[in-house]
Amino acid sequence: MEDMKEIIKNYVIKEYVEDDTVIGFDTPLISGGIVDSFSMVSLKRFLENKYNISIPDDKATPEAFDSVNKIVKLVNEFIK
Amino acid sequence: MAYSDKTRGMYSEILTGVKEAGLYKQERYIHSAQAADIEVEFPSGASIKKVINICSNNYLGLSSHPEVVKAAHAGLDSHGYGMSSVRFICGTQDIHRQLENMVTKFLGTEDTILFPSCMDANAGVFEAVLTKDDVMISDRLVHASIVDGIRLCSATHDTFKHSDMEHLEEKLQLHNDKRLKMVITDGVFSMDGDTAKLDEMVALCEKYDALLFVDDSHASGFIGKTGRGTHEKCGVMGKIDIITTTFGKGLGGASGGCVSGRKELVEMCRQKARPYLFSNTIAPPIIAGVIKVLEILSASTDRRDKLEKNTEFWRKGLIDAGLIIKEGDTPIVPLMLFNAKLSQDFSRELYDEGIYAIGFFFPVVPQGQARIRTQISAGHEKHHLEKALDAFRKVGRKYDILGKTKQEIIDRYGM
Repeated sequence: MEDMKEIIKNYVIKEYVEDDTVIGFDTPLISGGIVDSFSMVSLKRFLENKYNISIPDDKATPEAFDSVNKIVKLVNEFIK
Repeated sequence: MAYSDKTRGMYSEILTGVKEAGLYKQERYIHSAQAADIEVEFPSGASIKKVINICSNNYLGLSSHPEVVKAAHAGLDSHGYGMSSVRFICGTQDIHRQLENMVTKFLGTEDTILFPSCMDANAGVFEAVLTKDDVMISDRLVHASIVDGIRLCSATHDTFKHSDMEHLEEKLQLHNDKRLKMVITDGVFSMDGDTAKLDEMVALCEKYDALLFVDDSHASGFIGKTGRGTHEKCGVMGKIDIITTTFGKGLGGASGGCVSGRKELVEMCRQKARPYLFSNTIAPPIIAGVIKVLEILSASTDRRDKLEKNTEFWRKGLIDAGLIIKEGDTPIVPLMLFNAKLSQDFSRELYDEGIYAIGFFFPVVPQGQARIRTQISAGHEKHHLEKALDAFRKVGRKYDILGKTKQEIIDRYGM
């Protein structure tokens, strides 16, 4: 679980953070303006490829992607 | 009447909040034609003041050019005032198609379709040519009109970091399973004045079989050796699949825009683009004016050459004064002040000195990147630019930012 948290956090930092913004596991990503809702598709595809899952579009909501902890919870719903 | 006191109160409260947040936009009334020298009433009711305009998109100084005005008058006389119809019913005149053909030749593309504005062109083009099986990959700093167009399209959307070609390539690989991939960028970015790396983007698009879309609104008419745009500057004429541009900036400054590019894509817009199908196109006098603009620019590069020289003079002048500007070589020259209030105060002081330039701050630009965006024109003479430089030096001295680093300015005024 901790590994997954770190992996997702590191991806978010690499993909979206372009200044010295500090990201924690509960930092609001979309509502906090760090991740543009347009750019969520990369994150979704990253998660699907990394964890060999398929996240339905109706589950990939801005709310479900709004922090690293929420993303981890979402991914765990689909890991068999 | 459904507009109750409660409803009115709700909107009043929102507008008050906008004012309190310092985000309220106020118009300044110009009593003269658009030019380097203008007469401005600001604030509303104040006496009219003569100022030098250094913030318009009148890059080529053609907005009030006598030949363009004369051509628009002639167009009004010969083709009337309005069309009272959309294009495909009875709203297309010979001069509409004439202008489309002239734009095609000027930009070096295959075909062109006019839109009421470039905002409309960008709003309509993606939905017309892409489906849910496709992906749009856009630079993170593209213009708001492109963002709106993307929102209206069912294709998947992803972004890449501003002008980061490595990141773009990652995204092209990520979405390689899509039916079509379209890379989307501005030619010249309106807030920073930098130019897209179109040569590298063309190479990537060829490698990954992707379409390339460029909005050249801040480039058409003056970027590139003969003013064709960023594709000329980057040596990729004929390799851009879709170019959108406006007639509301360098190309006369009135209104209207277009989609120009591969003939099948243009034809898709003619069949499916909603702003084209459900709105009148550009009015006849404006069409006649733009035709004259293209004739002027096709006959001589004098105006874009003068703009280039003016831009060099202006950029060097600001740097020599010890001010911080965004690097680049386009006529969009942002003076970086970083602090929102400082940008507003600086703009007001410039106005008192007879210089009209506007401060931009969050959310128009990122937090901590407040600036005065200056825009140079071929309509500026040396005396305009020298007077403006004097004013920038004077106000810069007053706020003690001449020769100061970014950190020193931030330490003093905050982000």
